[in-house]
Amino acid sequence: MTAISKELKKEMLKTIIKIRRFEEKTIQLYQTAKIWGYLHPYIGEEAIAAGACLAIDKSDYIVSTHRGHGHSIAKGADLNRMMAELLGKVTGYCKGRGGSMHIADTELGMLGANGIVGGGIPISVGAGFSCKMEGNGKVVICFFSDGAANNGVFHESLNMSAVFKLPVVYLCENNMYAISMSSCESVSCRDIANRASAYDMPGVIIDGSDPEAVYKAVDTAVKRARKGEGPSLIEAKTYRFGGHHPNDPAEYRDKEEVEYYKTEKDPVTNYKKKLVEEKILSEKEIEKIEVEIKQAVEDSVRYAEQSPEPELEKFLEEVKLI
Amino acid sequence: MREIEYREAIKEAVIEEMNRDDKVFLIGEDIGKYGGAFRAYKGLLDMYGPERVINTPISEAAIIGAGIGAAATGYRPIAEIMFIDFTTLAMDQIVNQAAKIRYMTGDNLKCPLVIRTQGGAGRGVAAQHSQSLESWYYHVPGLKVVMPSTPYDVKGLLKTAVRDDNVVFFIEHKMIYLLKGEVPEEEYLIPFGVADIKREGSDVTIFAYSNMVYKSLEAAKELEKEGIDCEVFDPRTLVPLDEEALINSVKKTGHLVIVTEACERGSVASDICARVVQKAFDWLDSPVKIVAGLNTPIPYNSILEQASIPHKENIISAVKEVVGK
Repeated sequence: MTAISKELKKEMLKTIIKIRRFEEKTIQLYQTAKIWGYLHPYIGEEAIAAGACLAIDKSDYIVSTHRGHGHSIAKGADLNRMMAELLGKVTGYCKGRGGSMHIADTELGMLGANGIVGGGIPISVGAGFSCKMEGNGKVVICFFSDGAANNGVFHESLNMSAVFKLPVVYLCENNMYAISMSSCESVSCRDIANRASAYDMPGVIIDGSDPEAVYKAVDTAVKRARKGEGPSLIEAKTYRFGGHHPNDPAEYRDKEEVEYYKTEKDPVTNYKKKLVEEKILSEKEIEKIEVEIKQAVEDSVRYAEQSPEPELEKFLEEVKLI
Repeated sequence: MREIEYREAIKEAVIEEMNRDDKVFLIGEDIGKYGGAFRAYKGLLDMYGPERVINTPISEAAIIGAGIGAAATGYRPIAEIMFIDFTTLAMDQIVNQAAKIRYMTGDNLKCPLVIRTQGGAGRGVAAQHSQSLESWYYHVPGLKVVMPSTPYDVKGLLKTAVRDDNVVFFIEHKMIYLLKGEVPEEEYLIPFGVADIKREGSDVTIFAYSNMVYKSLEAAKELEKEGIDCEVFDPRTLVPLDEEALINSVKKTGHLVIVTEACERGSVASDICARVVQKAFDWLDSPVKIVAGLNTPIPYNSILEQASIPHKENIISAVKEVVGK
């Protein structure tokens, strides 16, 4: 296990803050109807994307979910193009055709958020085959949720990846709820990671609010994958601070439970505190990071607002080719 | 010219494309030593090895997903689903993922994926192995739908499918794998959206694809004896459709019979009818007639099975009806 450098720790904190502030802004924009459709904030879960994506290279791949802004940002997505996509603008990652649930970018190795729960899991198998055939040591991280772990494609994909020893890291973000369905009531075993044994792959459980725990687990799985030893399953225990989407009051959860996670397991608060205690960053330096990120988020909104809508005539021409 | 079987033509296309481009690979069930359920891939495992002939578990959704993921990362997979009936197990991957990925990501992710499958009745394999489900895929924007009838067409169209940057849903018919036809030795491609007139005629246009082309040709031969000159119009690709050629054929003959093995309700045939009626109504001398399968699950008993799908006789009577003889 390589020790986590100071620089990496700083980078993880910056990424966590960037995701948090970006999403807080998107919620505001959603409430003023500048963003419409569906928006699924990742607030509370940011340490997973940050720890995981910083454990792989730019040329590696990720497969994401409907709650995917954090994954894209952690993989290096440009906030301007992200925000432009959320506002449906032609300068967005998907030229305004995809919105929040479909952000993808070949350059970033980002193989797509996904509107279908579990829909990305089989796609990670194909990216895994591709990496294996190339023989260049690339890996795939497949993010999915506790809800997706109950879908049939989870079984097909983990089995197939294990059979062919594909370099895929299955990273389950167990935020305990699939919309309103509690994972305690919907998952047959206590821990989803236990299912790894059925596919003869390592299965580990980590605290998803701790970016270093995520980094270490992913780093181990990635090293194994790069050596051609096959896939792993990591279950990151986490919590979504808000509802399924900004208009969901999440009344199906206990107030005490929500309060516990918000006060005890907030990756932003906890990791800031840790890095100050370890004297890696001072509070002043953290404040500077916050200011820079706030500015970048504001800039992204301005960029998105000033960007043009997709041209209707061009759309009608493109449709003829489909 | 030499004659080869439909399935041999498939294999030749695959070999030529795999030799041309090392990004092309095969994935599917029982395609290894077994050579595919209809033996179209016989010998390919020995030629290309298990890295390019990937013999999978029975996992249709993961097969298509694997195709999408590999296609999005630079490969050109040919994913095989053994029966079109089994594509239902991969519906999300085909309809929500593959068909949409290029468009909804703003062309960010390409999906040069061929989904090869086969359908149709006639082998006594009953309701879950005999369906004609092309209209489902025809309906979904983002999928090209190819249904070749002859060895010549299947080879040229499969090669084009492999080179296309979009998802191609390639449907063969289980009753024609052993049929022989002329296929040149030298390389050729057949572009999508270009129909082939399988028989020229002046009295009536018979629109037919896949196995129904043969039944229509048989009908045309008999009708010739009665002085009715049929044009058998094979679109070869349903999406994109060579609508212009179809309209021109109808303008020439003034009569149209549409033949499909699929059940009529919500079918490709009813859509073709709607298109022609909207665009060439003034050239039609009589109402369009559709000859289709019955609205039934395909029965096992061969008398019932045969009664479920169109035959030469059904086409002959439909033609006589539209030309008024």
